Amino acid sequence: MDKKPDRDKLIHVSPEVAIAEADVRSEEAGEFVRGTSLWRDAWRRLLKNKLAVFGLVVVAIVTLASLLGPTLIKRTFGFTPDYIPTDDIRLTRSFPPFTGPDGEFTWEHPMGTDNAGRDQFARVLQGGQISLFVGIIATLVSLLIGVGYGAIAGYFGGRLDNVMMRIVDVLYSLPYIIVVIVLLSMFRSQTPRGQLILLFIALGSVSWLTMARIVRGQVLSLKNQEFVLAARATGVSGTRIIFRHLVPNTLGPVIVYATLTIPQIMLTEAFLSFLGFGVQAPLASWGSLAADGVQNIAIFPWQLIFPGVTMALTLFSLNFLGDGLRDALDPQMRTV
Amino acid sequence: MLRFIVRRLLVTIPTILVVITITWGLIKLAPGNFYSGEKRLPPAIEKSIREKYGLDKPWYQQYGKTMWSIIRHLDFGTSLRFEGQSVNTIIRRSLPVSAAIGILAYLLALIVGITVGSIAALKQNSKWDYSSMALAMLGISVPNFVLGPILVLVFSLGLYWLPPSRWGGFPSRNLILPVLTLSAIYMAYIARLTRAGMLEVLRSDYIRTARAKGLRERDVVIRHALRGGLMPVISYTGPALAFLLTGTVVVERIFALPGLGNYFIQASLNRDEPLIIGIVAFIAITLLLMNLLVDIAYAFLDPRVRYQ
Repeated sequence: MDKKPDRDKLIHVSPEVAIAEADVRSEEAGEFVRGTSLWRDAWRRLLKNKLAVFGLVVVAIVTLASLLGPTLIKRTFGFTPDYIPTDDIRLTRSFPPFTGPDGEFTWEHPMGTDNAGRDQFARVLQGGQISLFVGIIATLVSLLIGVGYGAIAGYFGGRLDNVMMRIVDVLYSLPYIIVVIVLLSMFRSQTPRGQLILLFIALGSVSWLTMARIVRGQVLSLKNQEFVLAARATGVSGTRIIFRHLVPNTLGPVIVYATLTIPQIMLTEAFLSFLGFGVQAPLASWGSLAADGVQNIAIFPWQLIFPGVTMALTLFSLNFLGDGLRDALDPQMRTV
Repeated sequence: MLRFIVRRLLVTIPTILVVITITWGLIKLAPGNFYSGEKRLPPAIEKSIREKYGLDKPWYQQYGKTMWSIIRHLDFGTSLRFEGQSVNTIIRRSLPVSAAIGILAYLLALIVGITVGSIAALKQNSKWDYSSMALAMLGISVPNFVLGPILVLVFSLGLYWLPPSRWGGFPSRNLILPVLTLSAIYMAYIARLTRAGMLEVLRSDYIRTARAKGLRERDVVIRHALRGGLMPVISYTGPALAFLLTGTVVVERIFALPGLGNYFIQASLNRDEPLIIGIVAFIAITLLLMNLLVDIAYAFLDPRVRYQ
């Protein structure tokens, strides 16, 4: 990492700005050293990592396209993702990408249409909304449970820690996906929204274990430092120490792990939706679109390829972004 | 060591019972039952069927009976959907299918993953390293239900090289595509783990000693570095088994194979309670025992690990 003071740049900075940005004059050499915060440092390191930047850009594009795409398509071509055309030709055939009813080139359906004549592009973008939404919300659920659990176990230690971590060990060894499938199939909700909420609960409640371990480890190493002693000496309560003093200090690894949890959860969601236990029609996710596409793989391969490739690309980018964040935020954690 | 094994077994057995209880509880708590499905039976027939399977008794008696026959005889009862077939028979019939795919996939993943990972570590920061790690990331990111159909599209429907689906006995060409589909993600994980482990080990003192005493590079790598570098791969075996099990569920669906996973999905969709409980219990037992074996193997392979 390039930690040398950037002299050329600093010379052009006016004194007020220099002071405002907390520049300090190093004693021996008498040259400027810019005091950087952990976050700015990490951001700079992240931007140097080409793969991580690639990931960041792709994730941003996919997110924006998913959020705005369906509306834009409605504006341009006049149909919504679940619009089923009324004329016979469109209804009975699935069109290949960029193809109109008579086999002519058209921009109307860049990813083709599905069996009911719905526009595949709009469906993939709408599926992206659901997939990303599930990934983020379930990660937040696992974050809440995992951080709280890990911090409490780590801070109080002793027998409580022992029992709490033993429970985590036991849960770790369970075939949790199997239990989730049983849960989702038994409590199958009548409404798509209900099923979605069930999915959040199921996914969030099984993915907090690693988070709890990471936070506990961090808290264990932090809790004997002076600032905690000082807080305790001034009479701050245990809960307050945990959530105001310890948890904020574990943010780096937590953010890194959360970024890597999102693609994992999205993959699990797709897996469940593919098997028919996840997102229900009329809602669609990349997993359920792929499941529909597999039925017609021999005749209409684009029905599988577009949702599948979009999903793979997004997961690929999220994984690279997560790896890049880990290297940037916590250089010691990297194994390279 | 013996104490460690006994202690682990003492934890493992209650865990299995807890898994069975959770599954049983979820099934009983959920609204509806097997008979509230698509085909409605006349009340009199439903009543006599319920009596036959003991479903008319209070819940604690049902629970007690289920648990007792599992603990006593490892008997999971009779399937509701596949009439007259015991759950044990179904498991015995479908296990070889899943096991064949799972074991072959894992072996393939080990061979390819360790080779690629070691090469990447030995040539760190070369173009081999970068391209194989990018490929590994791709392997982690492409869901198997996308990879499988694409392989079918190319090799079966496009090139007519391999059969697209169905079970064709143990050594048969039908196995190639399912095994490839299932093993892709483990290849990728194992390659990454091997690379990380090897990089760590290659910088350690005992490797420097081995080199300093004039060993050939091949011996340094194979006899010394791999042994230490593969420890993360071995500890990944436990989680890998769990993922393999869930992976086979999808792969068996895609390739229409009569394995454990396919039966499990059918049972869940049909609310075939004894079959669900049987398969979940079987998976839990396999998984926990394999985890125990992995831990023991770990202690033998790594002299630094000592269990009290």
